[in-house]
Amino acid sequence: MVKKTKRSKQLVYSKNPNLWSGILFGIGVAAFLDEVIFHQLLRWHHFYDKSTTDIGLISDGLFHAFSWFATIGGLFLLADLKRRGAFFLKRWWGGVLVGAGGFQLYDGTIQHKWMQLHQIRYVDNILIYDLMWNASAICMILAGFLLLKVTSKEEVA
Amino acid sequence: MSPHHSITHGDEATHLDIIGILPQLGLALPFAIVFVLYVIAIVRSNRWYKPWPRYRTVCWTIGVVLAIFSVMGPLARLAHMNFTAHMIGHLLFGMLAPLLMAFGAPIKLMLRTLRIPTARKVSKLLKSAPSRLLTNPIVSSILNIGGLWLLYTTSLYFLMHENILLHLIVHFHVFIAGYLFTISVIYIDPRPHRLSFWYRSIVLVFALAGHGILSKYIYAHPPIGVSIEQAKSGAILMYYGGDAIDIVLIFILCLHWFRASRPNGLATS
Repeated sequence: MVKKTKRSKQLVYSKNPNLWSGILFGIGVAAFLDEVIFHQLLRWHHFYDKSTTDIGLISDGLFHAFSWFATIGGLFLLADLKRRGAFFLKRWWGGVLVGAGGFQLYDGTIQHKWMQLHQIRYVDNILIYDLMWNASAICMILAGFLLLKVTSKEEVA
Repeated sequence: MSPHHSITHGDEATHLDIIGILPQLGLALPFAIVFVLYVIAIVRSNRWYKPWPRYRTVCWTIGVVLAIFSVMGPLARLAHMNFTAHMIGHLLFGMLAPLLMAFGAPIKLMLRTLRIPTARKVSKLLKSAPSRLLTNPIVSSILNIGGLWLLYTTSLYFLMHENILLHLIVHFHVFIAGYLFTISVIYIDPRPHRLSFWYRSIVLVFALAGHGILSKYIYAHPPIGVSIEQAKSGAILMYYGGDAIDIVLIFILCLHWFRASRPNGLATS
């Protein structure tokens, strides 16, 4: 429920601030959970893989740095929306799901498969892991788009 | 596996020189001097102005102590033989100490301590073209991250342990580049040439990426004279240790944006 009257000042950085705050935070959280769960706790992912390509290393480095920034930046954007009374939870969640799903799909297809950064898990039957990984990513993206569609009319700056 | 000869197997005499007391003092002394100057400046300027914030003094002090700790004493000696210890030193000397010392706002303190004509000269110097160039985030990133690439991917790392002069230059470069990088991304001291948050954020992301990529590169390609095992643990430390310190940089940059973009009519929190 967005109350337009409460807005004290037009947001300068975007027409769609809830969406962007959500997307940034979504990318950041997906990358962070990937790091914590699959690298550190389960130890399925490897820090470096012998088949890692140079482009994979560069992509990984850029995404890692960007997602670190996006987590913090996305939350500051959220705080900014809150203080302006322009925060819209449902739309923000739409952004989070699209961001997280988008990152996961990129990680699961381009980084893991094409750039050979590392595999999800070092087992024989990797296909099932890849399918689950990417299917869950697509589900998140679809759910996110659904939320964004439902809320698209309600947030018009 | 290629035969990685450890640095420790070299000529004992040269090594004793490089980790001897003189080079250690040479690296530590400038920090002791700026610390004393900082304290004198606080005492003097507090007579005319409101008391210098205590947290700045605390940050500056911890920064100086960490810098000295990383170039003098047991860690510095161990860093000469052990790559992981070297990496702890790198994180402290090239990242954490410059960050904490930047929080100390030394330029601000200097400007309020000096007599007005001298302070004007300093502020003119800060506005000069070379100062503008060196504190541009792209330039400071290249000096900082580019310098690290040069150090770890060429024979420079090996040579640094053989030649005292090179040892001193590399160490001072690491600190100064780290400091310039920090102050080019987050503005704590008075800054004549201010760049937008977008500009600084984008450069920061690329610089952090350069640091992360280098860590993983070192993991797979140990610098000359470093064993594979040590390169691996050192690289992981560099990667995650860098992340931990970068959070602070990102947080402060975003916080400054948050304050600067405060809508009219809202009270400061």
